[in-house]
Formats: sequence, structure tokens, C-alpha cells
Amino acid sequence: MIVETGHFALVLALALALVQSVLPLWGSVRRDPTLMGTAVPVSLGQLALVAYAFACLAEAHVAADFSLRNVVENTHSTQPLVYKIAGVWGNHEGSMLLWVLILALFGGLVALFGPGIPIVLRAATLGVQGWIASAFLLFILLTSDPFARVVDPPMEGQDLNPILQDIGLAIHPPLLYLGYVGFSIVFSFAAAALITGRVDAGWARFVRPWALLAWTFLTLGIAMGSYWAYYTLGWGGFWFWDPVENASLMPWLAGTALLHCTSVMEKREALKVWTIFLAIVTFSLSLLGTFLVRSGVLTSVHSFASDPTRGTFILLILAVFIGGSFALYAWRAPMLRAGGLFAPVSREGALVWNNLFLSAACATVLVGTLYPLALEALTGQKISVGAPFFNLTFGPLLVPLLLVVPVGPSLAWKRGDLLGAAQRLTAAAGIGLLVAVVLLAVTRGGPVLAPLGAGLAVYIVLGAATDVALRLRPRPMPVRAVLERARGLPRSAYGTALAHAGLGVTLLGLAATGWGVERIAAVTPGQPVELGPYDLVVTGLQPRIGPNYAETVAETEVRRGGRVVARIAPAKRVFAARRQTVAEAGIVTLGLGQVYVSLGDQHADGTIDARMFWKPLVSLIWCGALVMALGGLLSLSDRRLRIGLAVRGSRPAGSPPPARPPVLPSPAE
Amino acid sequence: MRRKSRRLLLISSALAVAGFAAGLTLFALRDSVVFFYGPTEFAEKAPAPGTRLRIGGLVARGSLAHVGDATVEFAVTDNSRDVRVRYTGLLPDLFREGQGVVAEGVVSGPDRFIADSVLAKHDETYMPREVADALKQRGEWQRESASASVASPGPAAVAAAPTLR
Repeated sequence: MIVETGHFALVLALALALVQSVLPLWGSVRRDPTLMGTAVPVSLGQLALVAYAFACLAEAHVAADFSLRNVVENTHSTQPLVYKIAGVWGNHEGSMLLWVLILALFGGLVALFGPGIPIVLRAATLGVQGWIASAFLLFILLTSDPFARVVDPPMEGQDLNPILQDIGLAIHPPLLYLGYVGFSIVFSFAAAALITGRVDAGWARFVRPWALLAWTFLTLGIAMGSYWAYYTLGWGGFWFWDPVENASLMPWLAGTALLHCTSVMEKREALKVWTIFLAIVTFSLSLLGTFLVRSGVLTSVHSFASDPTRGTFILLILAVFIGGSFALYAWRAPMLRAGGLFAPVSREGALVWNNLFLSAACATVLVGTLYPLALEALTGQKISVGAPFFNLTFGPLLVPLLLVVPVGPSLAWKRGDLLGAAQRLTAAAGIGLLVAVVLLAVTRGGPVLAPLGAGLAVYIVLGAATDVALRLRPRPMPVRAVLERARGLPRSAYGTALAHAGLGVTLLGLAATGWGVERIAAVTPGQPVELGPYDLVVTGLQPRIGPNYAETVAETEVRRGGRVVARIAPAKRVFAARRQTVAEAGIVTLGLGQVYVSLGDQHADGTIDARMFWKPLVSLIWCGALVMALGGLLSLSDRRLRIGLAVRGSRPAGSPPPARPPVLPSPAE
Repeated sequence: MRRKSRRLLLISSALAVAGFAAGLTLFALRDSVVFFYGPTEFAEKAPAPGTRLRIGGLVARGSLAHVGDATVEFAVTDNSRDVRVRYTGLLPDLFREGQGVVAEGVVSGPDRFIADSVLAKHDETYMPREVADALKQRGEWQRESASASVASPGPAAVAAAPTLR
């Protein structure tokens, strides 16, 4: 019964979404306050209905209601509760429902927390959001009904795919969706701006927090997914340039570019046409990602539902939204007036540099991801484009970008002083260079790129620190005054520095992969295996029983100089319900590096195949992403970004880049 | 004039970056793209030893043999031709005789291949699309649909690839 109400709620949500896609938009074109006023209650209603439907499905999973096909296929009564809940989105139908829930959530958030947004813009934005919601609700109801019943309910379910029975499933998909579905609202804002014909600094100020929010979650989602793949797949890899990973990386690259150019638009009202374009592109890439992931047109190491009919439907949605928004863009964008002027060497100039390289990098990822599809359609030849392609294109495009990361924040708006910026960054660049040279000398004969990457990383981190330090203490002054300035400095300045430093930290982790050690061997219990600075000893192979699996555990000691520093327990699990074997890697973090052991086949002579890694500094890859996200959150908490709060935070006099106050009176006032 | 010249600078630098990116892409596409062959195609096209390839098909029944320290050999077949594959590393958990497999590596002889990564989807009902297509071409495909029943946002396949970091 509850299930039927959930299904009904979904149908009602579609009806409301259709209302939402017509009335507020019509109202915003006719400037009719009554019609525009429908936007808020309707989008909140839609959110409530979708949330109710989602809760119904979750309830069915938790209660193990095996009369539901979705539950039968993805749950087992012995499964721990957390996986029963995570299992809701561990399948195609539930995952799409989560997609729509987050879409509705962002609409609802704009309705709730957007009283400062001009009513015309808000109504049009929610209207466009309604269009997206209608399309995807229709998709769910027509092709992927999560509430379908089975005629003859079985006594037991088929269990969730064992590899998905991991805490990663509980965390990664919601974060990732909050990120890339979150960009839907930015897309809606852009389309709304084109429809209402008003694009100004105020628009950028309303959009920036949402872009920042989505970006922060996307960063966390990608990092979490990468770590999850790292510890479950058992290859010790964290990024495979797989189509599914690229599908989330592309919106991230475009979103990062968008974040940087909204700040230009907000402060200087320049780059309007480009900002709107990027806003559309970012969400288009999210849609493309959804299509690639859901249609299964590309072979991925990650597993997803692949159903041609569903793929076609999403392709249709993709075509309508991307085609429609670009048509709107082509029609309306020429009417936008050019904004503020700036010299090539200026904060704006640096941000343009950022945008050029990020977009180019994003485009190469797009080409590499879609090229196999295009070639197969044209010539029938099957190819795969893997890591070598991306390393060769993405790497060189990122280096000029990374070199400028610390320079940008230390240039003034409008007209910057390159020499001054270079002077300010001398120490950071010098130390970075020194690190690279020393490392090159110490590890002679080793990889060349690793020391260079590490040097660049050090330069970026120190550059970010320098920027904050110089803002707090531009000239010798007492500690008291510095503290005073520290309080006055806007949080977004700290956020920027933190995010940039996080980028450096991640880069350092990536660079250090060059110094990793890997061994594949048949290991005899009791015999030590040398692995970088450590020795590994498998002390015994023990059978164990888990809640819904049986496993063989290889108790392993990690020794350094004869002393045991850690114990790990890599295992091989056999899940009874699907008769499936899953290797569970044994990982221990030592310092910032990790020892990683994954098991293979056991042989008759008592040996077991194992794959062992020593990965120095590897944890920095994900720590860096956390720092980036923290920077995003800190920026988001800046009072200047709070919607409806137009009063600017006081800025300490004479801080290096004197940002100009916004030229435009905010419509929020 | 100033606005115009600045715009010109902006556009020309954008074109320069785009050109750079396009050049890199074309260069990389020429050199680092890997072709996919089924066993019959492999025999017909006879790629030179040292060529980097992906091959796919079914793991021939009774062909799997351990030949040394974490090294195995098996045959990839489409039931008309076979390719012997040697691989050092851990086989994916769902690697089984009679199941679909994709291996990436280099050609070492007329019907021999040294793989550095082996990919087998964990779901029994699933078959890598290339393998399914290759088998269909050979008329070896009976199953109604190759679509997987499991969907998930996340890493959910078993695979092995020692060269990938």
C-alpha cells in the first residue's frame, strides 16, 4: 500500500513539475506576479512529493518487501541495514530517483533560501528547473519504474551486488549527485537570465553560491569515488581514465572554470557571454555523463545498467536540453552588452587563462571519451582510448594552468603588476624549484616527472600561503594589527587560498606515485617479502564467517627493520547468494603513504598469489581534495555570498588586490 | 580601439590554446589509441609482434594453466580461432573458463599475446560489449540480451591491471 502511494506521489510530482515548467515562466515573461508566485509553492510541493516517493522506496528496501522487483533484485534479508538503505540507489531505478530527488532539492532550496533573488529571475529559474524535472520524472515513470511489483513474490532477495556492499556506496553516489545534479540549478539560472534578458553582476552574485555548493560536493564525490575504486578494485589504482570517471571529471573541469569566471562577472561584469555559456556547458556535460553512465554505450570498469531503450530516452532528453539551451543562447546572447575592460595582465586576465586551459583540458577529455563511439559509428573499428592518451593531452594542458594558480590571486583586478606578483612569489617559486632539484639529485635514475611535479606542488601550496600571509601583513606591523586584519579578511579569500593549497596537496600525492613500489608474487606464509622500506610476512591463512559471506583472511605483518609496525588482513570473500568472490584489499596508512595488499588465487603448495604496493604520500591525493572542498565551504560561508545579504564585509584598507565594490546596485536591496 | 584590440588579443590567445589542445589531441590519438580485435580478426589481420592491442572473447574451457610465479596462460576463443594469452598478475575475481574476457597487452606471435591487464565483468549475465559484438559476428551469440541487471554509481567490476597505477 505504501509502495502504491509512493508511485502515486511520483505521478503527482510529474504533474506539479509540468505546472512548474509553464506557469512561472509564463508569468516571468508577462511580468505577472500571481503567475510568478506559483513557482515557490509548486517547487516545494514537488520536492515533498519526490522525497515521499524516495522514502517509500527506502522503506520497502529496509522492510525487505520482496513483492517489489527492485527490492528482490537488490536486497537480501541478511544484509546489514546500512547496505539496505544504500541499496536504494545501488541500482538503476533507485539511482535515477535519487537523481530526481536532488534535482527537486536544489529547486526547493532556491525557493526557500532565495527571497533575495529578484522575483522574475527566481520564477524563470524554477520554471526551467521544472522542465528538467518533468523530463526526468517522465523518464522514470515510463522506462524505469522503481515501484514495479512482481506477480509471485519470492521468499528471499537476490542480494545487493557484493562489490557494492561497502560504505562507499552509502557516501559516494549522494555526494556525486549533489555535485553534478546541483549544476542543474546553475543551468536554470543561465537559461532564466537569457529568457528574462537580464544578465548583470547581480546575476553572478546569486549564481555563485549555488555553483560553489555544487562544485564542493562534486569535488568530494569524485574524491570519494576514486578512493572507493582504489580500495575495492584491488589494482591499487585510483584513476583509470574510464568513461564513467571522465563523465564526472568533465562537469568538474567546466564547473571549476565556471566558478572562476562568475567571480569575474560578479566583480567586474565582464565575460558575461562566456559565463552563461559555461553554465550551460557544465550541466550539459552532467547530462552527457548521465547518458554515458546509464546507456552503457561505452565499456567501463565500473558496472552500470545498460539498456538501449533507456539510453535512447536519455539521449532524447540530452538533445532537447542541450539543443534548446544553445538555441536560446544563440538567439539571446548577442543582446548582452559587453562588460568592464581589463588589461591582459590582471586578475581577470589570469582567470581568463584559467578558463582557457580548463576548457581546453575539458575538451580533450570529451574527445578522448567520445572518439571510440564516433569511430565505431563511422568505420566500425573498435578502439579504446586509455590512460596514455589522457596523460599526453591532459598533462601538458594542466601545467601552464598550475603555474599560474598562485599568480592569479596576487594580481589586482583591472590592471595587475606582474613584476610585483613575481616578487611576492619569489620565495614560493624558489623553494619549489629547490625541492624539485634536490629530489632529482637524490632519486637520480628514478622517474623525472615525480620530482618536477612535487616541486610544482610545493610552489602551489606555498604560493597560496604567501597570498594569505601578505594580505594579513603587507608590511611590518604588530601582531595585534595582523590579528585584526585576519578577522577582517573575507572568508572567500581564505577559501580561495585553501582550495588552491588543496590542489597543490593533491598534486604532491599524484607526483609521489612515481616513487611507488609494486610486487606481484606467489607468497609463502612465513617468508618475508621486501616492499620498499618494509617487509611483509603472511603469518597465516584463516577462514572466517561474515554476516552474508565466508572469507579467507591472510593475516599479514608489516615490518620495518625487523620490528612489526602494522598488521593488515587482506581477504577473499565468497558471497553465498550470488556465489561470487570478492577480494578485500588490506590497507594500512603509514605516515602519509600506504601499504596495500590484494589477494589472488591460493595454490596447492600453500602459497597464495598477492599483489603488494608501497605507495608513498598516496593519502595526500584525497586529503588534497578534502582541503579543496573545505575551501569551497569556507568561501560559501562568506557573508558576501549569502543570498539576500548585499552588505559587503569590511575589507582591511590597503590589502594587496583592492577588489572593487560591485558597480551595480543589487536588486536584492 | 582599445576594446577592439583587447578582444583581438583574447580571441587570438583562445585560438592559440585551442590549437595547442587540438594538436596534442591529434598527436595522442595517432599514437596511443588501442584497437580491439576478436580472435578471428586477430588471425586475419596478423598484427606485427609488439603491437599494442585489446583482444576479447571467451576464455576457452580447460585452457587455464598456472605457469609460474603468479603467471597464468589461457586461450581466448570465439569458437573458431584461439589466441594464447600469458598474464602475470592477479586474475579478476570473476575470471572463469567459458566467460567473456577482455585483455590488453602486446602481440608476441602469430597467435600469442602477452597481457598486462585483464578485465572481466563481475556480473555473470554481463559480457563486455566488444566481446558480445565479436561473438555475434561469428554467430556464437545466443543470449537474448546482454544488458546487465545491476546498476550502480561506483566501482563495481573486478579487473586486474598491473601497469595501471
